[in-house]
Amino acid sequence: MERNLMKGNEALAEAAIRAGCKCFFGYPITPQTELAAYMAKRMNKAGGVFLQAESEIAAINMVLGAASTGVRAMTSSSSPGISLKSEGISYIAGSDLPAVIINVQRGGPGLGGIQPSQADYWQATKALGHGDFHLMVFAPASVQEMVDFVIKAFDRADKYRVPAMILADGLLGQMMEPVSFPEVNPEAVDKSSWAATGHKGEREHHIINSLYLQPDALQKSVVDRFERYEQIKANETDAELYLTEDCDILLCAFGATARVVKSAVNDARAMGIKAGLFRPRTLWPFPEKELNEAAKNAKKLLSVEMSMGQMIDDIKLAINCSKPVEFFGRTGGVIPTPAEVLAEIKKVGGAE
Amino acid sequence: MAVVFERPKAFLDVPTHYCPGCTHGIVHRLVAEVLGEMGIEGETIGVCPVGCSVMAYDYFGCDMIEAPHGRAPAVATGVKRTNPDKFVFTYQGDGDLAAIGTAETVHVATRGENIVVIFINNTIYGMTGGQMAPTTLPGQVTQTTPFGRDPQLAGYPVRVCEMLSTLTGTAFAQRVAVDSVPHIREAKKAIRKAFENQKEKRGFSIVEVLSTCPTNWGLSPLDAIKRLQDEMIPYYPLGVYKDITAEGGNK
Amino acid sequence: MAKMTVITERCKGCGLCTAACPKGIVALQKEKRNKKGYFYAECTDEAACISCAMCAMMCPDCAIIVEK
Repeated sequence: MERNLMKGNEALAEAAIRAGCKCFFGYPITPQTELAAYMAKRMNKAGGVFLQAESEIAAINMVLGAASTGVRAMTSSSSPGISLKSEGISYIAGSDLPAVIINVQRGGPGLGGIQPSQADYWQATKALGHGDFHLMVFAPASVQEMVDFVIKAFDRADKYRVPAMILADGLLGQMMEPVSFPEVNPEAVDKSSWAATGHKGEREHHIINSLYLQPDALQKSVVDRFERYEQIKANETDAELYLTEDCDILLCAFGATARVVKSAVNDARAMGIKAGLFRPRTLWPFPEKELNEAAKNAKKLLSVEMSMGQMIDDIKLAINCSKPVEFFGRTGGVIPTPAEVLAEIKKVGGAE
Repeated sequence: MAVVFERPKAFLDVPTHYCPGCTHGIVHRLVAEVLGEMGIEGETIGVCPVGCSVMAYDYFGCDMIEAPHGRAPAVATGVKRTNPDKFVFTYQGDGDLAAIGTAETVHVATRGENIVVIFINNTIYGMTGGQMAPTTLPGQVTQTTPFGRDPQLAGYPVRVCEMLSTLTGTAFAQRVAVDSVPHIREAKKAIRKAFENQKEKRGFSIVEVLSTCPTNWGLSPLDAIKRLQDEMIPYYPLGVYKDITAEGGNK
Repeated sequence: MAKMTVITERCKGCGLCTAACPKGIVALQKEKRNKKGYFYAECTDEAACISCAMCAMMCPDCAIIVEK
């Protein structure tokens, strides 16, 4: 298969087009702007729609409109912009619409910084908008995974009628790596039972809506959706387990941080410390089963994140607090180094 | 006997939740009549707002989408850009269109998005119980201007058609009213014109409809009509503010 | 022969039709209410109706059918 050297942000865009994404609505923000720029060059030629919206809010609602007609639609942004999109994402979830949202994270809160961060983990997995809902969250750790997960995100979004997010970070977005694009035959998901495309006088009118004034009706719509979430939890969790079979200390990290941690794990192994790595590829649903498998022989866990420690709660819950879970993090755009992580392994692993 | 007047098919035969005398129903009917006369109900996707007409999706026979507050123009853009051959309209109130959704409104117009916006101006927030709208008249008493709207404190009302007619992307902007049969006939013509513009791909069309809110104005339906005539029309003059198809047709 | 028929259960008794009628022959009931409790509109003089449909055009609830 042909391999191209591509920047993460551009690979995300190209993957979307190949996955059958027919429209992209975005608004400039560092560090994801190359994605929109790539779409501006490519999308119209590929027979799709590129439109720079007047705001992040407008962009996500354009996605809502396009998705309502059954078209594969995407938007992308970085942390502050995702906050603005949260309203629309809640409506998309409440209207059972498939859509793909990309967050190339930067440091926060507020305007924060423009360097890589993973501080939107809570936002993505717990509270991306008001109300009872989830969205699928994929966490790539390489440019190749950015490609693969975008394709998967479109597929799963359609299959389950949920929004799906690629939670990347500025490091991955700006990084260049060789990638190959798999042959994609977008699964022809039949959306004719709900899409608002004009009824041509041949069927009842379709309504795309998230308003239910009767509490029982709203409850039912939410409960029905949560039944789909159970299917997603059962079928879609994904994680990489690296040297976990015999590990004493299990490191937990996702995205770009996991690459740093993997180096540290290798260094630790070279020193005789039995370290392993658990790397969730899906953050929601969180791969609980996979974590328990990875942690079965470990004495301690160590979560390493580019935040003040947001995934650590999910780790503790997944293992039911059965083992100590330590934390090492850098935030604000500071990237942890393998040496720092190794030092932390030695410290919490009691190898000193 | 022949039927002279009956409900248009695209205005579904269900009771509406609107208060007695609320003119939303008249405007719904006019839109539905136009969809029927043009034979486009099956090719149309409507976008309703948040506000009193939030449940318009239950009343229009075409496919409908319920947008977040103020975002109907963005939602409509997403629909139209991916389905350029379909007819797309939004139906929005004054709070939705001229307060929380101002950015979406201005930009959908300046992009010349080939859609129709039906804008209901009744100078008040109806659904939430009668608060000040961007269109509330100076001196008008509302829940949040209990001593009357004081422009020194709360600013001045927005004249939407005047504002949007300055934008190159706007093809058609007309203000109408539904206080009398002649005005209702005018309103229908304007709505028809807006949809014809969309058919001819002329760009953005807005029809602003001066409407009543008897409940939140604290007036009887007939007194509300009188207020529309005596107080609203002088501040919001009726007429065509922009029409790219008409020679000198601009106000 | 002209005829206006009020779908009484749809009528909300707002009275906009009464003011629109050029013949002054549309009025609200003073005694009878519909199931929702509204005094509904009715034609008080069918013979005088000219089927102009102005009442129906003013009606926000499409509660009036006009025939000729």
